[in-house]
Amino acid sequence: MSSNLTVSNLSLVIAALGMVLAIGISTKEKLGLHKDILYSVARAIVQLTVVGYVLKGVFHVANLWLTLALSLIIILNASWNSYQRNGKQKRGFWYSFLAIFCSTTFTIGLLVLSGSIKPIAQQLVPITGMVASNSMVAIGLAFRAMRTQYQQQEQQVNEMLALGATAAQASKGILRESIKTAMQPTIDSAKTVGLVALPGMMSGLIFAGVDPVYAIKYQIMVVFMLLSATSLGSVIAIYLSYRSYFTERLQLKVPR
Amino acid sequence: MIIEAKDLDYQVDGRQILHQLNLGVTKGDYLTIAGPSGSGKSTFLKLLAGFLTPSAGTIEFQGRAQESYPIPAYRQQVSYCIQQPLLFGRTVQDNLAFPYAITNQPVDTARINHLLKAVDLPPRYVEKGITELSGGERQRVALVRNLLLEPAVLLLDEVTTGLDEASKQIVLHLLETEHQRGKTLIKVTHDAEEIEAAGHLLHMKGGQLINEQ
Ligand SMILES: Nc1ncnc2c1ncn2[C@@H]1O[C@H](COP(=O)(O)OP(=O)(O)OP(=O)(O)O)[C@@H](O)[C@H]1O
Ligand SMILES: [Mg+2]
Repeated sequence: MSSNLTVSNLSLVIAALGMVLAIGISTKEKLGLHKDILYSVARAIVQLTVVGYVLKGVFHVANLWLTLALSLIIILNASWNSYQRNGKQKRGFWYSFLAIFCSTTFTIGLLVLSGSIKPIAQQLVPITGMVASNSMVAIGLAFRAMRTQYQQQEQQVNEMLALGATAAQASKGILRESIKTAMQPTIDSAKTVGLVALPGMMSGLIFAGVDPVYAIKYQIMVVFMLLSATSLGSVIAIYLSYRSYFTERLQLKVPR
Repeated sequence: MIIEAKDLDYQVDGRQILHQLNLGVTKGDYLTIAGPSGSGKSTFLKLLAGFLTPSAGTIEFQGRAQESYPIPAYRQQVSYCIQQPLLFGRTVQDNLAFPYAITNQPVDTARINHLLKAVDLPPRYVEKGITELSGGERQRVALVRNLLLEPAVLLLDEVTTGLDEASKQIVLHLLETEHQRGKTLIKVTHDAEEIEAAGHLLHMKGGQLINEQ
């Protein structure tokens, strides 16, 4: 099956011309990005190489606990990333972690229980990576949307508080909008899946010589998974963190 | 005393806005507060409404410290009409139903219509979008919103500023009615006429409320 999948070192070097092109554009257009491009490419090469060997080792050992540990590391990384990118709010890491952890384990747990995927490293680790990263992106969107809305609607929220609303009552509309914003890209991409983008999972399977009709089933499963993970992740993250916009005495404190 | 401020200090960015402010308001009083822009009048009302926390001193409501009340229940009793209200949601109805929604009560349409009439707005105004209202209409809807749950104390921050003469008289008449009905009113204003007509007038000066007669 893998006979038609050979990437020689030479072909990698040829493909690297793409990077040279990007640096060329950066130089010509004075974007000042070449350092960043080189750094990110170097990081990608190192990270992927390490991960490649780690995966090889984990697949070889085929131990469930090791597989779960690796999945947990992926989730921790996603949480850290989300925390770093979203203004490092107080307890932000734990909120992100809980949201990504719960949404990912729930979604994948469902698939394992239903027998759609087997709890082996070859299936669990890549799926965890995909689900956790989508959950991470959705949470990031939710956090950002929530912050902008509290900034834009500061006075409206204060007017509700002045009438004696609780933080939850004064935030209802904002929470709803933030969750909607977080889910929208997943819903939109589900609409165009296959028509515009052939998703990574499906392409990978077809690349590896799997019957496209069979690959489709997996992709449909992925669509369900991502909908579940992004909705669950953003709901958990939003409900855990909105209260930190208010003081103990229900005064709205919007970070600038 | 229904509401009392004791040795109230408020500092922000190292600036002393209120300093050793003392004030006792008796139940049923209609107090007018005047004073130059930036003297701390809104700050004082925000402290009374629990939107700011004093740097020192205490606020008591019905003989108990403000902190001893759950803040939503406190704010339903000590109702703050914010300076230049924007209104929230989409329609006037969203605003007028809100006090009932947060206290789990059925919407009292009769009371809404009664108060709308008192501020000279027709009942059909509940359907209006909040962006379709004039500044004066918005201010009147906001006032109705604060009155629906019958608060004990009304904190009014320049509720007549920017209103035309007719709207102003309507608002002042409503406030007088609520005063007659036994509510306690604390009103901040720049309006010369209102200051002239005030029964109980205090000036904000040097971070304190003083009697200038
Ligand atoms: N969040 C804040 N940060 C810094 N300074 C503030 C803040 N809020 C108010 N101030 C300052 O406190 C002072 C008092 O403000 P306040 O709004 O209480 O004045 P005011 O008497 O209501 O004035 P006006 O009649 O113009 O409404 C002002 O000098 C203002 O600049
Ligand atoms: Mg003011």
